[in-house]
Amino acid sequence: MTSRLAETSEISKRFVDNLAVDGVSISVSAGEIVGLVGANGAGKTTFIRMMLGLLRPDRGQVMLFDETPTRATRHRLGYMPQGMGLYEDLTVAQNLDFTARVFGVEPPALEGDLAALGDTLVADLPLGLRRRTGFLAALSHRPDLLVLDEPTSGVGPLGRAELWETIHDAADGGAGVLVTTHHMDEAEQCDRLVLLSAGRAVASGTVDEIIAGQTTIEVAPADPAAAMAMLGQAGLPVLPTGRHLRLPGVTTSSVRSILGGDVGLTESRSTLEEAFMSLARAV
Amino acid sequence: MSFGFTDVTVELGGETAIEGVDLEVEPGAITAVIGADGAGKTTTSRTLVGLLSPTAGTVRRPRAEAIGYQPEAAGTWLDLTVSENLSFVARAYGLPVASDRYRELLEVTGLGPATDRLAGELSGGMRQKLAVAMAMLPRPELTVLDEPTTGLDPMSRAEVWRLLARAAGEGTAVLATTSYLNEAERASHVVVLDNGKVLAAGTAESIRSSFRGLLGISATRPLDASAWRRGNHWRVWVPNGSLPPGARSATPDLEDVVTAAAYARQEAS
Repeated sequence: MTSRLAETSEISKRFVDNLAVDGVSISVSAGEIVGLVGANGAGKTTFIRMMLGLLRPDRGQVMLFDETPTRATRHRLGYMPQGMGLYEDLTVAQNLDFTARVFGVEPPALEGDLAALGDTLVADLPLGLRRRTGFLAALSHRPDLLVLDEPTSGVGPLGRAELWETIHDAADGGAGVLVTTHHMDEAEQCDRLVLLSAGRAVASGTVDEIIAGQTTIEVAPADPAAAMAMLGQAGLPVLPTGRHLRLPGVTTSSVRSILGGDVGLTESRSTLEEAFMSLARAV
Repeated sequence: MSFGFTDVTVELGGETAIEGVDLEVEPGAITAVIGADGAGKTTTSRTLVGLLSPTAGTVRRPRAEAIGYQPEAAGTWLDLTVSENLSFVARAYGLPVASDRYRELLEVTGLGPATDRLAGELSGGMRQKLAVAMAMLPRPELTVLDEPTTGLDPMSRAEVWRLLARAAGEGTAVLATTSYLNEAERASHVVVLDNGKVLAAGTAESIRSSFRGLLGISATRPLDASAWRRGNHWRVWVPNGSLPPGARSATPDLEDVVTAAAYARQEAS
């Protein structure tokens, strides 16, 4: 067995006149967490469905565990879709029992907050606990590759911390993880990131690799609203931050030509979000 | 005068949706209400605009005609064009249709070239900017937007915040809810909700400096301390005393402050 669990080569998918995914190549190896980051509509879910073998690409190739996706590869996959894939009119225990039987394994033990909730209908669970249940179901057959589509969406700070701990535990135990998010602070949890924009992978690498060489200019104008309007009209990306304005990926001369040569400005390393803004704009 | 809540509790269907929430929404400024789904953001919005009545506490709001409200994932008519959407709002408020205000908003949103496109055909970012323009059109005293940036790419999110800053610049009191903690920086006042209660409030800066105790970074999970994983390390919070061996001191960011506050609340309950 190689350590490369999943690999897509230049896969594309068109829906009528919408090219949802355009030639994306990604690999996930054992023990690593790969984050797929992009806005709604960037193509994350379509990409995941092709990688799982649920949707056939128009072009390109998907390999799972060194073979093309089949029912056999499905047994080594754990997938939590955005909707979590649970039966709302079954209880927590019944849902986990059902999934475990499909895979021919023992249902997982209920721990923590879920311990007392085995007989509760999934429909009656708060969202955070529903996500934990979906997560347990996806993990119950100890998959080699975990695919999580926005696993922490709608979960509070402690629930998020717990879910990420479980994700890291799975990776530490040798599973490969592909996870989508549009929270930049969660992207920093990943070993490697791929940024999708309009169906294309516009950047990939570690957080440091993506930020490397990306700079943002900060100005503190006397009248931030007026300055923001002028910069915005000139087509420059402006992020209001406190009393300052931050402009990712622009040159000092372009800012000076709009706000005047004597405007005070500093240039600093971009945040991950700012780096993504520059990279997505450059496409 | 400012709008907002004093000690507001709202019960929905026998359950407490928000409890003892104080909120200040000042003219000329943006207040951001930040929290996960179920934290109470939508209840806060709906109560502030008068669609829900508080079980206890006081709500301060202007008269209904002076309120602009954009509910979550709504607020535009998908089968009307951009200009029809804006005209509809103008008529509903008894304002002239093709006014200077209308042209100004098309200009600042960048929707000018798209006036004849159906709202349903716009990208998510464009549609959300249309929704904000519709809320701004009648120059309300109070504008409330529920999750105007959810699901948008960072660039579109920044553009929506730029529009909100412009609305505030016109003197409107703006309240926007979001699930993105990093958007706290874009607002002049922030209220972080968790489970219907205020976990932290103030400016992003004052929330950061409200952190009590020590924050450390550790390569392994420390025993007997509140700790959470971030990437390849653990964040360790020690409210009293010293950091565990092997942990080095770090400066808490907003995420750390909120997580630590959630731990403190859990331990207190």
